[in-house]
Amino acid sequence: MTDTSAGSTTTINPPATGVGNSVDRPDASAKVLGSFEFSNDLNHERMLWGATIRSPHPSARIVSINVAPALAIPGVAAVVTHHDVPGSPVYGLISHDQPVFASDVVRYQGEPVAAVAADHPDTCRRAMVAVEVVYEVTEPVVDLLTAATAKPVHPDGNVVRRVPIRFGDVDAVGDIVVEGTYEMGMQDQAFMGPESGMAVPAAGDGSIDLYVATQWLHEDRDQVADCLGLARDDVRIHLAGTGGAFGAREDVSFHVHACLLAQHTNRPVKMQYRRDESFLGHVHRHPAHMTYRHHATNDGRLVKVECDIVLDGGAYASSSFAVCGNAARFAAGPYKVPNAVVNASVVRTNNPPCGAMRGFGAVQVCFGHEAQMDKLAAALDMDPLEIRLLNALETGDRLITGQILDGVAPVRECIEAAAAFPLPPISGNDVFDQPGGAGRTADPLAVRRGVGFAVGFKNAAFAEGFVDDTHARCRLENGQVTLWCAAAEVGQGFVTIVRQIAVSTLGTDRVELMRASTADIGSAGSTSASRQTYMSGAAVLKACEEVAEQVRLAIAATHDVAPELVTIEGGRARTIDGRVDVIVADAIADVRFEAELRHMHRETYPLDEETGQGDCDVTWIFAAHRAVVDVDVELGLVKVVEVTTGQDVGVALNPLHVIGQIEGGISQGVGLAVMEEIITDVGLVRNPSFTDYLLPTMVDMPDVRITLIEQPEEGGPFGAKGVGETPSLSSTPAVAAAVRAATGLELTRVPIKPQDIALG
Amino acid sequence: MTSTDTGHTYRLNVNGSDRVVDGSWLGESLLYVLRERLGLPGTKNACEQGECGACSVLIDGVLVCSCLELAAAAVGTDIVTVEGIGNAGPTDGNGLTDVQRAFVTEGAVQCGFCTPGLIVAVHDLLDDNPEPSRSETHEALAGHLCRCTGYGRIEAAVEHVIEIRRD
Repeated sequence: MTDTSAGSTTTINPPATGVGNSVDRPDASAKVLGSFEFSNDLNHERMLWGATIRSPHPSARIVSINVAPALAIPGVAAVVTHHDVPGSPVYGLISHDQPVFASDVVRYQGEPVAAVAADHPDTCRRAMVAVEVVYEVTEPVVDLLTAATAKPVHPDGNVVRRVPIRFGDVDAVGDIVVEGTYEMGMQDQAFMGPESGMAVPAAGDGSIDLYVATQWLHEDRDQVADCLGLARDDVRIHLAGTGGAFGAREDVSFHVHACLLAQHTNRPVKMQYRRDESFLGHVHRHPAHMTYRHHATNDGRLVKVECDIVLDGGAYASSSFAVCGNAARFAAGPYKVPNAVVNASVVRTNNPPCGAMRGFGAVQVCFGHEAQMDKLAAALDMDPLEIRLLNALETGDRLITGQILDGVAPVRECIEAAAAFPLPPISGNDVFDQPGGAGRTADPLAVRRGVGFAVGFKNAAFAEGFVDDTHARCRLENGQVTLWCAAAEVGQGFVTIVRQIAVSTLGTDRVELMRASTADIGSAGSTSASRQTYMSGAAVLKACEEVAEQVRLAIAATHDVAPELVTIEGGRARTIDGRVDVIVADAIADVRFEAELRHMHRETYPLDEETGQGDCDVTWIFAAHRAVVDVDVELGLVKVVEVTTGQDVGVALNPLHVIGQIEGGISQGVGLAVMEEIITDVGLVRNPSFTDYLLPTMVDMPDVRITLIEQPEEGGPFGAKGVGETPSLSSTPAVAAAVRAATGLELTRVPIKPQDIALG
Repeated sequence: MTSTDTGHTYRLNVNGSDRVVDGSWLGESLLYVLRERLGLPGTKNACEQGECGACSVLIDGVLVCSCLELAAAAVGTDIVTVEGIGNAGPTDGNGLTDVQRAFVTEGAVQCGFCTPGLIVAVHDLLDDNPEPSRSETHEALAGHLCRCTGYGRIEAAVEHVIEIRRD
């Protein structure tokens, strides 16, 4: 053992790349150079291409499947169907209700029926056409309001979950009552990098490696292993470069198909969805139908919120169970609500399956409760801000689940911050600043400006008693820090903040984070629910702190001082006599220090099945948004001019990248307000392309002004909270409110379309 | 033997190098040939119908979506991809151009899937028009979808490059 610091006092300070700094992403250089390896850049000299044969019908009986014509095509190496699934024929996130391949019936357009492996993507396409599937088409169930009592779409029935909430005096009546019915369309996550990856069979032992863009490696591993009939250790999932996620990679997609093809051909198989296939190949945001009745006193205090929510889960359950729980719990918004009656349900239809998307159930209800708050303000002749401030939740208040809100809750600060920015000036005469932009359609005389406010909240991390754990390992050896954690980096910046955490605890920026893999460490849980900074960031911090503690004891032993006379602070280790004052990572050479641990948040509990009461959440995240829009009322075109926000972030570990999360979340919220919807027609998706599914471009994106509300959160690393989902909650209702203000129309459905305004 | 007619050989000039494309099917897009035959996966495939801009390259100095170009029809042209965008001008110690450096430091990169196309497009924009107005920048880059950033940090990166090139 060598002590590199004996008798010396170093003057080197820890690098300024610790927490609180806007440090560059470690993968950014590779990404701008084009050398970062994404999941669809994977290559292997013996590789085959895989492709999926899908049902063209939303509801049909499979009469027969004949793969022989496809197998006869030169270059085709294998075709697999339900006959070839050796393990569990079904998979799923919460309930295993979705077939790997359909066998007897198909329940949505795009349901996988077979998969093919061939030497060239074009050969795959020809083989896909050659597989003969005879269907007997049946009448699909597509209406979410009547689905519960329609013919069963699935043996598990058409109601995936009902969540009732009964809180306080269910018969309470307010001085004033406002009612409304609201709807939200089906939004797509539309990540840029389509589903892709490669399955590589191991030589000899029957095990398999899958390199895949995903949000949750260990959950994938368990589902894949079960379907392949393999032991879980015989399936190794490795994170491949991931081009965005936003919820759509929480479910298994091609994973089992690629593995089966690789096993059948004994060759690596690469699969990548085309964009149209991606629209059919992952879950979407649940469409919602919501009926609200708000009761208040004459001075504007909420007395009771009543709400019926129906979510369309599509053909398979995915995470619908949890989405429905969220919709129910956050149905009343971030307000003091003494009494509540909520009935939320998620139904099964032959529409595309729905599941996780940024905001996860809280987005739908935020559109409803915020429209109601504006209605209430109008009925009471109050200012929309004033009524929100009057009712704003505070720490110590009771939520409609009966749980005490015991975390940081800066609702008032968020609202005031969003409102504090000066309003933008009236747009000039430049046609590019008008609704319709370069289309040059706007008549400035027909353009009306509107301003709208909204506030939202949801939980962070998993709820309702779900076992929510994460694992991290830290190794320090000769000044080099190596970290292991299976948290999926999907673009959000986990790879940046874990390095910052290590710098702040161990004092060096010689930090390497290993590729996330099920082969190397236990589960980190899902990159979802705004939980990875809060959960896996905390796990990495604890592991680094344990290593620092080992170093502290080693310094004490080496220098023959009592351990309590050695301190660790801000990445430096010091002895009280000043003989040692050194960066933690450099204190002791030629010794390996290592710590591995499992981190969990405090226990949560299920909701009571009759009353919806229970301490089911860990922590909460809040934001407020103000939107300013210009609307061409003749053509129905909306230009979102500006969105301002105050967002509760705990402590920003990397302020620049927190801003990036917020701007990105707002762009998805703006898209949901005025552009984005998957259009279905009797179960068929009519716009599965970026030509027809409209995403905000740089021209559509408003100016965004942000105030970070920093109040440290207990339990988060350095006081940090999750920041990813919050900007998507109330940006949509703020834009909708602004369009209502500009037009005087009720506009009870998003996305708002030109005809809703021009013909409204 | 493969199922498609893949016996064709031709040459492409990519990033200043003469490259042989061997055993190609003539229906292959320039995007496919760059990624799968020439080992240049920096150009990305996000929609393959010319809507997202992730596959942007320069052909004879013109910004195009490589998914909409037949590779065999690009014979005799000069093709520049993200991998070669730094060949013509100055780069820093890490091989980054001013545009690439600005994307890194301004936080314009999240998942990074749209980034290569945007790097090529921002070079194209600022090489032609060193002082674009905000609406000129917006219009020039409106063909590039980014789902992560909301474009705010991308615009900041563009403004940063405008500023440093001005000095």
